[in-house]
Amino acid sequence: MREKILSIIERNSRIDLKELAVILGVEEVDVVNEMAAMEKEGIICGYHTMIDWEKTSVEKVTALIEVRVTPQRGQGFDNIAERIYKYPEVNSVYLISGGYDLLVTLEGKSLKEVSSFVSDKLSTLDTVLSTATHFILKKYKDHGTILTKKYEDEREKITP
Amino acid sequence: MRNPLADKVVDIKPSGIRKFFDIVSEMEDAISLGVGEPDFDTPWHIRDEGIYSLEKGRTFYTSNAGLKDLKVEICNYLKRKQGIDYDYNKETIVTVGGSEAIDIALRAMVNDGEEVLIPQPSYVSYEPCAILANAVPVIIELKAENEFRLTAQELLDAITDKTKVLILPFPNNPTGAIMERKDLEEIAKVVIEKDIFVISDEIYAELTYKGEHVSIASLPGMKERTILINGFSKAYAMTGWRLGYACGPKVIMEQMLKIHQFAIMCAPTTSQYAAVEALKNGDEDVKEMREAYNQRRRYLLYAFKEMGLECFEPFGAFYVFPCIKEFGMTSEEFADRFLREEKVAVVPGTAFGECGEGFLRISYAYSLENLKVAIGKLKVFVERLRKEKEV
Repeated sequence: MREKILSIIERNSRIDLKELAVILGVEEVDVVNEMAAMEKEGIICGYHTMIDWEKTSVEKVTALIEVRVTPQRGQGFDNIAERIYKYPEVNSVYLISGGYDLLVTLEGKSLKEVSSFVSDKLSTLDTVLSTATHFILKKYKDHGTILTKKYEDEREKITP
Repeated sequence: MRNPLADKVVDIKPSGIRKFFDIVSEMEDAISLGVGEPDFDTPWHIRDEGIYSLEKGRTFYTSNAGLKDLKVEICNYLKRKQGIDYDYNKETIVTVGGSEAIDIALRAMVNDGEEVLIPQPSYVSYEPCAILANAVPVIIELKAENEFRLTAQELLDAITDKTKVLILPFPNNPTGAIMERKDLEEIAKVVIEKDIFVISDEIYAELTYKGEHVSIASLPGMKERTILINGFSKAYAMTGWRLGYACGPKVIMEQMLKIHQFAIMCAPTTSQYAAVEALKNGDEDVKEMREAYNQRRRYLLYAFKEMGLECFEPFGAFYVFPCIKEFGMTSEEFADRFLREEKVAVVPGTAFGECGEGFLRISYAYSLENLKVAIGKLKVFVERLRKEKEV
């Protein structure tokens, strides 16, 4: 049941719990309990909203920053990752296999704001060897949702 | 001028769906629950194979019976899912949708005046196809109290000396009924004893929500007297690709292939390449879509229960078939008023046979969001009708 609940709320966290129980063919109380348990276990980490900021008047830039670092004895990458993710403007920090170590995503009001974060804060950290900053120009699809097109039902309205 | 038309064709009634289609098409903002095809797009990896085949210039005819790769994959699939062994070379034909397979199977099997048993409510094409094959369609009226399954007794009662073929349309459009193994075993006994044949239309086989679909062809002694029909439209959301198949005994398939060869030549090549991909790598897609349909099915049954609308629990296809007899109007009147007053289109049960009177076919090939809006309107409508009745 857990996987099914998760796969549904991952796409629609606002679903009514009674309805969730109905479509899964289980009791509402079981859904409520299961979700509470998953929240407690940290499986469900939050209920966020997908927003296409492009369509608002808010100015925002998002950057993906590749960071190469020197891992520290006994700490690996955890220590440096923590020092980066504690900045509130940092959206996500991933440890990556391949050509660099950490992928940091960052939101700022302007290119200037992001670049000053990178030059003043990120690249000055002791263990950071180098950074490469990529700005996102357009989001086509995010979290499994296509942002550029709206679904239209083009089927014939009645077919046998 | 002489009458240019064939009486037999003129006498065929147009589909009962047509009338509603015309009204709905005129209405700008109508919501429809009348669609008999998936709301999903064909999974991208399948579409991509179709596109790739075009890029490669594979725009030729295939052999009449279909691409070898596809026939092999079809046989692998039936072995894997149903445990039936078919010879890809002699017992398999790729057709233009399941519809063509129904047509050529009937034409290959019946002589003038022989009887074809058609359980109803069922898909609209069996009766006309039987008539066009010069057979006599004999309708078996399925009953709500049997959950619209075919019983051995109903079958026995319908069989005469002239009976040649039984059409077995399960999982069923429009009722959503399925036939489980024990039901099929009873039917198989009668079929073998009375020495008739079966055309088993299993186009909705993958959309079964109670256990796994069982094909009558997998029962002992039945493979040699069954034409199994399936296709890609419903399972893989590929209706527009027009691709189905028939599998059956060599003696029948040889004759079906002649009709197919002269009437059709071969099924669309692009679709055949895409279908190979569907069978090879599409199991996960089918599973996901089935789960989504099943969720909507549960939602509708719950909603009907809430509004006190009688409906048996269907375990197949993507239709529910609620009963509206309590309102004292015909299916068509109900559907007509519902469309005009609430702008929601459903299909009257009578479009699928007279015994569909008193029922509606509601499709759940729509997103839950859309279903919720439509069901909200149904609730309002039903309550209004009940109030009218009180007065």
